[in-house]
Amino acid sequence: MLLKLFLFFVKIGFIAFGGGYAVVPMIEHHISSQGWLTDSEFQNIVALSSMAPGSIATNSATLIGYKLAGVTGAITATIGIILPSLLVVVLLAAFFSKFQSNRWFQTSFYGLRPIITALIVYAAIRLVLHSSLINSLEWPMVASLFICAASLVALIKYKANPLLVIAASAFVGIVLF
Amino acid sequence: MNLQQRLIIHLQLFTSFFRIGPATFGGGYAMIPLIEQQAVHKRGWFDEEEIGKLLTLAGTAPGGVGVNAAAFIGYRLAGISGAIMAIIGITLPTFIIVLGLSFLYISIEGHPKVEAAMKGIKAAVIALILTAAYRMAKNALFDTFTVMIMLAALAVLIFTAISPVYVVIAGLFIGLIGAGIKKLFGMDLAIEKRRPNKREIAELEYYI
Repeated sequence: MLLKLFLFFVKIGFIAFGGGYAVVPMIEHHISSQGWLTDSEFQNIVALSSMAPGSIATNSATLIGYKLAGVTGAITATIGIILPSLLVVVLLAAFFSKFQSNRWFQTSFYGLRPIITALIVYAAIRLVLHSSLINSLEWPMVASLFICAASLVALIKYKANPLLVIAASAFVGIVLF
Repeated sequence: MNLQQRLIIHLQLFTSFFRIGPATFGGGYAMIPLIEQQAVHKRGWFDEEEIGKLLTLAGTAPGGVGVNAAAFIGYRLAGISGAIMAIIGITLPTFIIVLGLSFLYISIEGHPKVEAAMKGIKAAVIALILTAAYRMAKNALFDTFTVMIMLAALAVLIFTAISPVYVVIAGLFIGLIGAGIKKLFGMDLAIEKRRPNKREIAELEYYI
């Protein structure tokens, strides 16, 4: 199990560009095909990862590792997802010592950025499909939609601190649900 | 560098990044200025221009920009062992905090009020992800090619069982092919919307 965890997160680590929500569908695809976690367990992990500092990808790795194999699992998964960053950075620093020579990477990012955008949108779609947001045309859905819309306005229009938005939503959740 | 100096620099790398780690609580915006402050003003490891270039390059490697920046700075100053010390420094606080949060949640899980709060949080997380998508789209989608790639990738993700892993790997080559075609037809070769400044990169990278 530890070896499987480690190898899986090493693989994810190599393509975890940005290290944020774009990585969530990549992890989810494997987790559900392996039957490692239920959908609701995975959603809780994404929510908890969003509440802590640091990148979502690394935080999810830590929590998935913990859930599957305790503290050793958490350490194994975290090292797994970080190791590729270390390798790539050392290679970049060793071979591209002149910072100007990263033209190739920039061209590659021309196609990669739209794909990352698609992955983030997809991450949101998955979460909506699996949450109570469209489960029933009843009160929980209306309340969730309200919290989601209000958070969106706070984040985009007023550039509110994400932690503040999460705390406020938890409070509103207690009141509404 | 003698042994004592090497030990000191390793220790400094660890403590500097250990302090930066938890500062990204609730948003990574604070991280880039903090790295600058530690590496440029407090320790005098680099000048402003060097750190700017270093952070840009850190954004192109896979993984979170914080870990990458730590690895870059550590490697530059003290080789691979320095990179490892810096990475441990920036990761350890987050690791402890996220596990602590998880323990806290497990101990209070099942209580109706906790479940209600969690429902509220999940709705907010969807908003966080949509915000990330919006910010990323503003930077990534600026011509017909990029919009088409985005829509095609989304369709593949929704309607096929192809692993997102392969979609990302394809993305690495599509940019090169797209740029090649544009060049072939003598079209304007803009591969970036514009060069974002350091602060914008910091905001962007936190969200993607």
